[in-house]
Amino acid sequence: MDSLDYKKYKKKLLINKILVIFTQITLLILLLIIWQLLANFELINTFISSSPKKVIETIISLHEQQNLYHHIWITVYETVISFGIGTILGTFIAILLWWNNFLYKVFDPYLTIINSLPKVALGPIIIIWAGANINSIIIMALLISVIVTIITVYNGFVSTDQNKINLLKSFKATKFQILRYVILPSSYSTIISSLKINISMSLIGVIMGEFLVSKEGIGYLIMYGSQVFNLNLVIAGIIILMVVSYLMYLIVVYIEKKLIKEN
Amino acid sequence: MNNTILSIKDIKKKYFTKSGEITAIDNISLDINEGEFIAIVGPSGCGKSTLLSILSGLIDKSSGEIIYPNQKKKKLGYMLQQDCLFPWLNILDNCLIGLKIEKNLTKEKKERVIKLLELYGLKDFIYKYPKSLSGGMRQRVALIRTLATEPDILLLDEAFSALDYQSRLAVSDDVYKIIKKEKKTAIMITHDIAEAISMANRIVVLSGRPCKVKKIFDVNLTNASTPIENRKCKEFPIYYDQIWKEIDYRG
Repeated sequence: MDSLDYKKYKKKLLINKILVIFTQITLLILLLIIWQLLANFELINTFISSSPKKVIETIISLHEQQNLYHHIWITVYETVISFGIGTILGTFIAILLWWNNFLYKVFDPYLTIINSLPKVALGPIIIIWAGANINSIIIMALLISVIVTIITVYNGFVSTDQNKINLLKSFKATKFQILRYVILPSSYSTIISSLKINISMSLIGVIMGEFLVSKEGIGYLIMYGSQVFNLNLVIAGIIILMVVSYLMYLIVVYIEKKLIKEN
Repeated sequence: MNNTILSIKDIKKKYFTKSGEITAIDNISLDINEGEFIAIVGPSGCGKSTLLSILSGLIDKSSGEIIYPNQKKKKLGYMLQQDCLFPWLNILDNCLIGLKIEKNLTKEKKERVIKLLELYGLKDFIYKYPKSLSGGMRQRVALIRTLATEPDILLLDEAFSALDYQSRLAVSDDVYKIIKKEKKTAIMITHDIAEAISMANRIVVLSGRPCKVKKIFDVNLTNASTPIENRKCKEFPIYYDQIWKEIDYRG
C-alpha cells in the first residue's frame, strides 16, 4: 500500500500534468479566437493573413476535392523513400569510413564542407541533372539526410569502448567480427536515434524540393497558394504539414522505443 | 611442476611518436613455469601493461622472442581491468563470445560454460543481462568468459583495480580459487603490492621506464592458503616492505 504522503505526491504530479496540458490547449484556443475576432472586426486584412474559419473551409474543400490525401501521400512517400535510403546509405558509408581510416582521413574535410553547405543551393543543379520531377526532390532530401547520418553514425562507431575491441582482438577476432560483434551492436542506439534526426531532415529536404520543382505534395500546395496569392491555402498547407510531420515524428519515436526495448 | 610453459627472451618495445621515440620496455627476459601464478609489479606508467599487451598479441614487440616450449600449450586468455561485458548480450552469450569468434562453439563447450557458471555462483544469472550484476559478479563472468576458450595461460591486467576495496578482496579470492582449481598458469599485472603477495608464488618487480626486471621474489608463506588468509601470514609484512623499497615510486 502507498503511504498517504506518497499518494499526495502522486496527486501533485498528476495535477501538475493536467495543468500543463490545460494551459497548452487554452493557449491554442485563445490564439485562434483572437485571430478569428481580429478578422471578424476587420482589424486585420484576411486577404493577407487569412482566418481560422477560412483555413478550415480551405481544408474541407481540399478534402471534398479528394486531392488533399494525394498531396499528403506524395509528401509522405517522398519523405519515407529518402529517409530509408538516407539511413541505409549513410550507415553503409559510415561503415566504409570506419573500415578504412585512410578513406576517412581523405573524405573528412569534404564531408564537413558538404555538411555546412546549405543544400538548397544545389537545387538548380539537381533539377538540371535529374529533371523537374520527383527524383530531384528525393535527391535533395537524400543529400540532407545522408550527410548527417554518416557523421552521426561514424561518431558512434569511433566512440566504441576500446577495451571491448581489445577484448575481441585478444580472441584473435577479424575486423569483420569486430564490426559485427562490438561496433554495430554498441552503436545500435546511436543509429536508432539518428532516425529521429533523419526524419526531420528528410522532410525539410522534401519540402524544399517541392518548393522548387513539384506539381504535387504539401510543399507544392504552399508554393502554389503563395503564387496565386491565396493565403488561405498557404496557411492550410502549413497546418497540414505540421500535423503530418508531427505524426511521422511520433511514429519514428515509437519505432525507436520498440527497437531499443527489444535490445 | 618445473616445466617452462612460456619463455620471454630479450623483449624490447619502442614507441614512435611525432616528438620522438620512447623505449617502453628494455630487455625483459622471464621464464614462466606451468601452474605458476606470477605477479608483475612496478611504478605506474612503467610499461607493465605494454608487456602484457605484447604477450597477448594486441601490440607488436620491437625485438626479442616469445617462446612456448610446449606447442600444445600456448593458448592465452586475457582479462582486462574493465569487465567489458556486452550489455546487449546475456551472461551466457557474453561468456560464449570468445568461442563464437574462434568459430569453435560446440554443444559440449557450451555445456561446459554453463557448468562453470553454475559452479561459481552465477546459476541464477545465466540468462540475465550484465546490468543486473554486481561489480564482483561481473568480474567473475569475465573470468569465465576467458576460461571458456580453454586457455593455458591467463593474463590478468589490473583485473581487480576497477572494483571497490571490499569486492576487490572477495573477487581476487574467488578468481584465485577458480584459477587454481582449473589448474591454469597466470600472469597478473597489478599496482597493489598486497594483492601481489597474497596471490602470486613469484613476484617480478619492474623498474621505471624504460622498464627492466629489477628483482624477482619467490613468495614462500607459512601455511599459505587463499589470498585473504595469506594476508595474515607472518612473512606478509616482510615481503611488503622489501617490495615497497624495490619499487621506486618516484621513478
